[in-house]
Formats: sequence, structure tokens, C-alpha cells
Amino acid sequence: MDAFITLILEFAIPTAIVAAIFVALLFYVLPREVRTIFKRELKSYFTSPIAYVLFVVFLGISNALSFFFTGVLEGGEADLFLPYFQYLPWYLILIAPAVGMRLWSEEQRLGTLELMLTMPLAPWHAILGKYLAAAVVLFTMLVLSFPIVWTVNFLGEPDNGVLMSGFVATYFVALCFLAVTSVISAITRSQLVALLVSVAICLVLWLGGLPHLSEMLMNLKGGWLVAWPVLKLVNMVGVMPHFTELAKGVLGLRDIVFFVSFIAFCLFATSVAIRLKRA
Amino acid sequence: MIEVENLHKHFGSKVAVDGVSFTVKKGEVLGFLGPNGAGKSTTMRMVTGYLPATQGRVRIGGADIEENEIEAKSKIGYLPEAAPLYSDMTVEAFLRFAAEMRRVPASEIQAAVDKAIETTFLEPVRHQSVDTLSKGYRHRTCFAQSIIHDPEVLILDEPTDGLDPNQKHEIRQLIRRMGETKAILFSTHILEEVEASCTRAIIIDRGKVVADGTPEELKARATNAGTVLLRATGLAGSGIKAELEKLSESSKVEVIESGDDGITARIAPAKGKAEKLSAAVYGVCKEKNLTVHELKVEEGRLDLLFREITKKDADK
Repeated sequence: MDAFITLILEFAIPTAIVAAIFVALLFYVLPREVRTIFKRELKSYFTSPIAYVLFVVFLGISNALSFFFTGVLEGGEADLFLPYFQYLPWYLILIAPAVGMRLWSEEQRLGTLELMLTMPLAPWHAILGKYLAAAVVLFTMLVLSFPIVWTVNFLGEPDNGVLMSGFVATYFVALCFLAVTSVISAITRSQLVALLVSVAICLVLWLGGLPHLSEMLMNLKGGWLVAWPVLKLVNMVGVMPHFTELAKGVLGLRDIVFFVSFIAFCLFATSVAIRLKRA
Repeated sequence: MIEVENLHKHFGSKVAVDGVSFTVKKGEVLGFLGPNGAGKSTTMRMVTGYLPATQGRVRIGGADIEENEIEAKSKIGYLPEAAPLYSDMTVEAFLRFAAEMRRVPASEIQAAVDKAIETTFLEPVRHQSVDTLSKGYRHRTCFAQSIIHDPEVLILDEPTDGLDPNQKHEIRQLIRRMGETKAILFSTHILEEVEASCTRAIIIDRGKVVADGTPEELKARATNAGTVLLRATGLAGSGIKAELEKLSESSKVEVIESGDDGITARIAPAKGKAEKLSAAVYGVCKEKNLTVHELKVEEGRLDLLFREITKKDADK
């Protein structure tokens, strides 16, 4: 019973507050155009099988792997960070592009982009509305993974603050991958191409932040003159260190600023891609 | 309402639209004619603000489409050529979405949707999903979307494409009716459509305006305009032909059928004498005491003019 109350207090209420803030933002702050696009997009996620399929795949993989292969159950004292959160971004490299691949490529394939861009709205209205809808799909997916939290709370007394920050960090990573996918889907009318290219970029983004790479760079200054700036850049935008910091429960301003500006940059790049497409 | 000034569009080195200018006032329906690939759709895409112009400017109700984008766009209703729709929505949901996007006040959306459905005969498929619709219904759904906010300016890219003859007729009537209070620009390659619903027409070829006028004016420019068709008996065909050729009003007599007792011929007018030709021909018949079975002044056909203009340029 205690575990139940803890869960409500430490997970359900914060989640509800975040959701409420989002809804308030959507209805009272953002323009009507953003809201209209958002509603249409979200509805279309849930009227097609895509959202459900992705939920099942994500929850299946993430839960199965953590239960059966990483030993949460045997661990007793459940430190969820290592076995569970360490692997989540890896699944998201595939799942976030799968959620976002249709955002703009579908619009181009159907020709509805022409309709949308001749309506009286600023392009950022559409870009934001669509992005938010996909972000809500990913949010729902993470919320649906609550059984794992439930389980570890029944097994022991984990530090729920750390768990929560694990989810926050994971969500930020998902949002970054989604933002990358938004840019790519604006470039191509094929969802499959959008998916594959986005997955590749997300993989590089994730691996680029590997601690090994940073060390390697320190030792490499001499010979690799050409490759060095590229590697350095990849290393700089690598999301892994920011994820690790956030997930540890250190809500560092620096990491949040990194994520937010990364996403903002990608959404801006999406608008550039759409403009170039028309010229 | 629609002012287009010296509009150019280049795709790389290809010139798609090359200095097109025209205006459409309120109460006018401008037909936009031209062969495939002439630049009709590209022009319309620039007028609606979908494609940026390489050069030139477009104003909608005084608002520049690039500098004052949102104001200009809010005055337009647009039916793109391919009639694109979101395939995962029902007809009604799609129209609701369009109404919201087009800034119809929330309390008036239902009425606007009902009216658009009624106007475009979509009642039978109101709750049907878009991806199950036939081509005609798809087209009309997209058409309904363009009129949902009762815009001042309507831009329609081949609005009757894919419709059956009855529906075509209805849509033409509708365009004509709406044209009384709006400025309408619509493209087509069906020439009878221009006569049925336009107050003015432009022919565009390889990115340039090659003819501009009312349908009547354009028809008068066709080479067959003013030609007189005559079928008469009472004299040998060759004799009648000789008489007709003597007329100062005629330039050429083309014999369709000629016999011992009559002729069927098409008489082309001499330059500037088209109006007097039929009377002169009748004079000949009367003088020679011929029996006239048929005497008809041809009106000039738009398709002929269209072919003449667009082919002439191709030969150059």
C-alpha cells in the first residue's frame, strides 16, 4: 500500500502536472493554427495503427530486455538506472524516427503540403503543431512503461527521484531524435528514406558522445587533421553525456539548455528545408 | 482583387513562367487556358503563395503575397491541380479542419461545413473516409475546402477534372454564380468551359500570355470567324463558285461538295468584310434565283484559335 501511495505521489502527480501545463500552453498560449494542426496530427496517429504498433514494439522490447536479460528481478535492491535506462536511448534510435518519419514526408507524398502552405498560417505554426503531436505520442509511450516502475517499487525501495530523472533524460533524448527526424522527413517524400536516414543520424548523434570518442580525440590532435574537426563536431553534439548527467538525477541547466537548443535548431532547419523544397 | 505583375519563374535554367501580367476584378471569372506544361499551374502556385516568384509581384486584395503573406492568403480559396486530401480523415472532418485553418469562427464552423457539403453535392459521402472516395468525390471534397470560408478570391486549378458531364455542368454553373461576387481565376484545357463560365480568358503558352480577351473577342480572332457556309441548288456548282469568288467580300471559296445542280461551300471573308459577307452571298443567290437550303455564319471557334496560337509559336 505504501508503494502505491509513493507511486501516486512521485510519478502520477508529476506526470499529470506536466500534462496539464502542456494542455494549458496549447490552449491558452499557442495560436489556434498550432492547435488545429496538432489535433489533426495526433488524431491521425491514433486512427492509424502506427502508434499502437510502436507502443507494443517499444514496451515489448524495453520491458522484456530489462526483465529477462539485465536482471532487475534478481537484483533485489533495484537500481533501475543501469539495466533499464542505459538501453532506452538505443531503442529510441529506432522508435523516435519511426514516430516522426511521416511528419513531413507524408504531407509531400499526398500533396497536402501545397494545401497547408497556401493556408493563412506561418510555417512555424505547422512545424510546431506537428512536432508537438509526435512528442505527445512519445510521451504516452514512456508513460505506458509505468509497470516497470511499479515492479521495482514493489520489490524494494528505489530512489524514485533518480528513476524520474531517468525518464526525463530519456524523454529529452527522444525529443532530440524526433527533431532530427522532422528535418529529414521535410527533405524526402519517402517515409522509408526518412526513417533510414534519421536512424543513421540518431545513431551517430548517440555514439558521437561516447566517452571513448572524447578520449580518442584528446590523443589524436596531430595526424587526423581532416577528420578531426568532423569528429569534434559530432562529439560536441553527441547527446550521450547530457543524457548521462540528467539521468543521474543532476538536473543541470547546461544539459537542459543543450537539449532545448538542439531541438529549436532542428525545428528551424525543418522550416529551411521546407522553404528550399518550394523554391 | 488579383493583381499579377510581370511574374517570372525559373527552375534552374528552365523558364517556366516568363513575364505574365493580368488582373482579375471582383465579379470577374478569368479562364486560364494553355497546353499542358504552358505554366498554368506554376503561375497559380505563385499567385497562391505556394511557390516564391523569381521576379514580379502578386497582390491579393491589395496585400502582397510575399510581404504580407498571411493577410493575402486569408483572402484566397485554392483548389490545387491534384486535389490533395488527408486520406485518413472523413470528408466532414477534413472540411472542419479546413474551416478551422481558414479562420472560420468556431461557432460558424458547422454551418460553413454544411453549406460547402450542400454546394458541392457531398452529402452522400459526408461520413466516408477520404481514401475510399471515387475521383469525382475527392475532387469535390477539395473544391469544398476551397470555398469553405467564403473567400473573396478563388483560384481553381482544373476544377472540373475527373467529373462526369452532369457534375461538370453543375460546377460550371457554380463558378459562374460565385463569380458574380468574387474574383475567380481558373485554369482548364476544356474550351467549352471557358465559354460556359468565363467573363474573360487568357491563353498562355510557354510561360507567356499570347491572347487576352472576352470569349467573344477571342473567338472572333479565330481564322474561321465570319466564314459563311452555303448550300444552294439551281445552277451548276462550278458556276456558283465562280460567282462567289467574284464577290469583293470573299477571299476564298472552299468547295465541300459540288454537282450539276448545286454546291455546298464554305466562303471565307476578305479582310475587314466579315460582317457584310453573308448579305453579299445571299445577294448572289437571289440574283441567280438559287434555292438556299442552308446559309450560316460561323462563329469562330475557340479551339481553332487555341490551336493556331499555340502551334504557330511551336513552329518558330
